[in-house]
Amino acid sequence: MHELSLAENVLQLITDAARNEGFSRVKTVQLEIGQLACVEPEALAFAFESVARGSLAESARLEIISTPGLGRCADCGQTVAMAVLYGLCPACGSAALQIVAGDRMRVKELEVE
Amino acid sequence: MCSTCGCGGHAALISGRAMRREPRATPLTYRPAEAAPASAELAESRVVEVERDLLARNDTQAAANRAWLSARGIFALNLVSSPGSGKTTLLVRSIEQLAGRLPVSVIEGDQQTEFDAERIRATGAPAVQINTGRGCHLDARMVAQALERLAPPHDSLLFIENVGNLVCPAAFDLGEAHKVVVLSVTEGEDKPLKYPDMFRAADLMILNKCDLLPYVEFDAERAEAYARRINPKLQVLRLSATNGAGMPDWLDWLLAGAARAHSAG
Repeated sequence: MHELSLAENVLQLITDAARNEGFSRVKTVQLEIGQLACVEPEALAFAFESVARGSLAESARLEIISTPGLGRCADCGQTVAMAVLYGLCPACGSAALQIVAGDRMRVKELEVE
Repeated sequence: MCSTCGCGGHAALISGRAMRREPRATPLTYRPAEAAPASAELAESRVVEVERDLLARNDTQAAANRAWLSARGIFALNLVSSPGSGKTTLLVRSIEQLAGRLPVSVIEGDQQTEFDAERIRATGAPAVQINTGRGCHLDARMVAQALERLAPPHDSLLFIENVGNLVCPAAFDLGEAHKVVVLSVTEGEDKPLKYPDMFRAADLMILNKCDLLPYVEFDAERAEAYARRINPKLQVLRLSATNGAGMPDWLDWLLAGAARAHSAG
């Protein structure tokens, strides 16, 4: 259920942006959620709907950009696709994969008026 | 905010008292634009770049906690596990065995009750209980407020016992030096694969209740192999907080960390 805290953080980032940029309504929220990020996008969207009720982001469309997971193998040096955290390097079988992309959770941009 | 239905019943408590509310940046009302558009349809949309991490606020507070702890030479550990892995017993035994060698204080996180803080206080160590209400994890803000009440001494050891939950606490940095994940042999040995975020976030895994290994079907080698598959750099210690086997290695690990924090502080 930490998706609820994360959804509250999304709303906080939006209200911070509203203060700096002077907008009063958000039509679209674009989020980047990596495939390896520890959040379930569906649950986050559900939680956001409830926290945004009555706010400037009420009924805003949530657009989630899912970025693929990428790992670098510490043993053979290859950069490989990583769909899960317990993956093995397809080139050499090592488990020593370091995440290089796909673990971020960010608010990228907002469509506002 | 209530985590079950989003009903706004935020109930996190520190030592039984309501948490201070952080001032909300905006009262979340519609703000009339400078030149208000005649109707919503006429309003012009534009794109605003944000590019900020969802955990940015927590991470900022965690960094402040870390700086505060480090300036005082305090070695802080965030203990995470499922409920019932024996975290509190491990802490009680550790405090008893460190008596006279290293001052210890504890922040206890649970949804409800002061039971765990009371067990810690019975050892003579100071403890502050955070009740997260319906919340499923501690966050850096709760820990900052608990630290104010606890006021741990310089050059000491601080245990933060997180809410028993192998999922949510993984994402929230509290400002600790290390996350320590406790896995007990009465659980499944495949937990590292089932809950990989936590085992990846930890620096040390404690395999607890090893005195029960003869009585349970738990393959300790396999559990370690699974954990290292998620996190090749993970250190592992096998022990039993109940009968004391393996405790000396854990205490050495704590003393070495505290010594490093001390020299850095």
